[in-house]
Amino acid sequence: MRVLEEGRGELYGWMHPDDARRWMMENKPRGLVDKRMNMSEAVARFTRDGDYFAMGGFGHIRFSMAGIYEMIRQGRKGLCMAAKTGVHDVDVLVASRLVDRVECAYAFGHELRGLSPAGRRRVESGQVKVVGEISNAGFQWRFKAAAMGLPWMPARVMLGTDTLRYSSSKVAEDPWTGLPITLIPACYPDFVFIHVHRCDRYGNCQIDGTTIEDVDLARAAKRLIVTTEKLIEEEEVRAHPDRTVIPHVSVDAVVEVPYGSHPGNMPGLYYSDEEHMAEWLRLSRSDEGVEEYLDRYVRGVKEFSEYIELVGGDEKMEYLRRLEHLEVPLDAPWARRG
Amino acid sequence: MGEEGLALEYNATELMACVASRVLEDGKSVFVGTGLPIIATMLAQRLHAPELLIVFEAGGLGPKLPTIPISVGDSRTFYKSVMAASMDYVMGMAQQGLVDYGFLGAAQIDRYGNLNTTVIGEHGSPKVRLPGSGGANDVGSLCTRTIILMRHDKLRFMNKLDFLTTPGYLTGPGAREEAGLPAGTGPHRVITQLGVMGFDEETKEMRLLSVHPGVTREQVQENTSFKLHMQGEIAVTDEPTPEELRLLREEIDPAGIVIGR
Repeated sequence: MRVLEEGRGELYGWMHPDDARRWMMENKPRGLVDKRMNMSEAVARFTRDGDYFAMGGFGHIRFSMAGIYEMIRQGRKGLCMAAKTGVHDVDVLVASRLVDRVECAYAFGHELRGLSPAGRRRVESGQVKVVGEISNAGFQWRFKAAAMGLPWMPARVMLGTDTLRYSSSKVAEDPWTGLPITLIPACYPDFVFIHVHRCDRYGNCQIDGTTIEDVDLARAAKRLIVTTEKLIEEEEVRAHPDRTVIPHVSVDAVVEVPYGSHPGNMPGLYYSDEEHMAEWLRLSRSDEGVEEYLDRYVRGVKEFSEYIELVGGDEKMEYLRRLEHLEVPLDAPWARRG
Repeated sequence: MGEEGLALEYNATELMACVASRVLEDGKSVFVGTGLPIIATMLAQRLHAPELLIVFEAGGLGPKLPTIPISVGDSRTFYKSVMAASMDYVMGMAQQGLVDYGFLGAAQIDRYGNLNTTVIGEHGSPKVRLPGSGGANDVGSLCTRTIILMRHDKLRFMNKLDFLTTPGYLTGPGAREEAGLPAGTGPHRVITQLGVMGFDEETKEMRLLSVHPGVTREQVQENTSFKLHMQGEIAVTDEPTPEELRLLREEIDPAGIVIGR
């Protein structure tokens, strides 16, 4: 196969498929092992300084904020993030200086809320390095290649663009059509957090709504920490096996964290907390503001349940539940005019 | 309500939403991004295209959008949808040819409809760091026709992009196919606060199709760094109808989050 072009992006997370097989064989539990533990133990055991990692969900949708806060409390550093639609997750991690390198499909933005002040400040001042560019489908298919135990996945994206030139992909002549095709390298993150609606003690997971990239991402992860809104019994899993989207085989730790995606959206349970998002976007305009935020909401509390109390407890959670179910109108302080 | 009694005042964003919504056809499919594209799509769904298949990159397929989602992955994007799928699934659909339209926005565009959403300045030492491709490169590569919504000025409509994030017609006729992109795909419309542009059949360069009410073709050219094709008659864009404005203001975006009223 003739290689036509090679991206200059740094290659992170790739493994020779035989090395990846060996990792899976030696580390992933095929039997049913009780993996319940608290957040502190999960972060201490399965995340390391300098790791290359990804967060499941969609940046501020069904993502493990609980995992992010605990990594900040434990002072992880020198991390490189696979920002496959990074939004609030990458913003907080970059602002708090845990992440100093980013492989970027989407980062430094807050979707409808605008650009991320902290993320932009860090990258524009050179404190954070973008090690490679890629597209969303590109990242998804990096994980898919890993999930299939392949060295790469062919795709018809990024061709002819600087996104390809700054990525870790290559373009080759497809032996079937003779056309140029992008070869997207497999990606096995050192660790991944995925937040789910329900799972049992072994890590058999159910997700309501879109699975985004998580089915492939779970299989690509070298170490997978699942945080769950609710623990369920094995019988419940076995009664509805079609609902399992991530089986226990991929999972290394199970942590029960109600409201673990706050201030993000958890489909069916609670909508995003725009009051809190606005507070973050305001405070994160300065380094001092970031410290103020972290002192108040992260370092100032021992665990996530204390943080939930701090942001409004049951009353706020009930409001976000009603907002999710369209029973009250959205009030977004960042969108108010005048 | 008598139409003659309604003062037809509207802002540029509302006009852009109306123009974009009219491009979308019933029974086709569209890949939708945050903000203005969602507004345009919701409008189309409520007016002439009830069976427009809406596709969101996080996996929402065929929702009945109840309100503006904040994220293209939030729960609104699969509200009463036919399927809550995955990114792999919907991107695969686009690669198969099942997504007819795709919306894109950008900080910079060139004459061939190539887009930059990655960086202003040097990649290694950015003046302004933008979010990157996200799904934009995928939409621009795989959807059959893309519709670009953006502000029109000389700094944005430029000769040479700082970074080519998403492919338009690349360097001209045949360039997309030569690069390996799916045959017969590419930018279809560019909708700005000044007018509506398409692309010349032969040269694949941007051409002016219509100017918005009160805007001259000279003004459009003055705000464009490259030479726009504008031979022949240039139409004036149809204004928003009272019904379009009512839907936008009362049902789709009552808080004015996107349309800014």
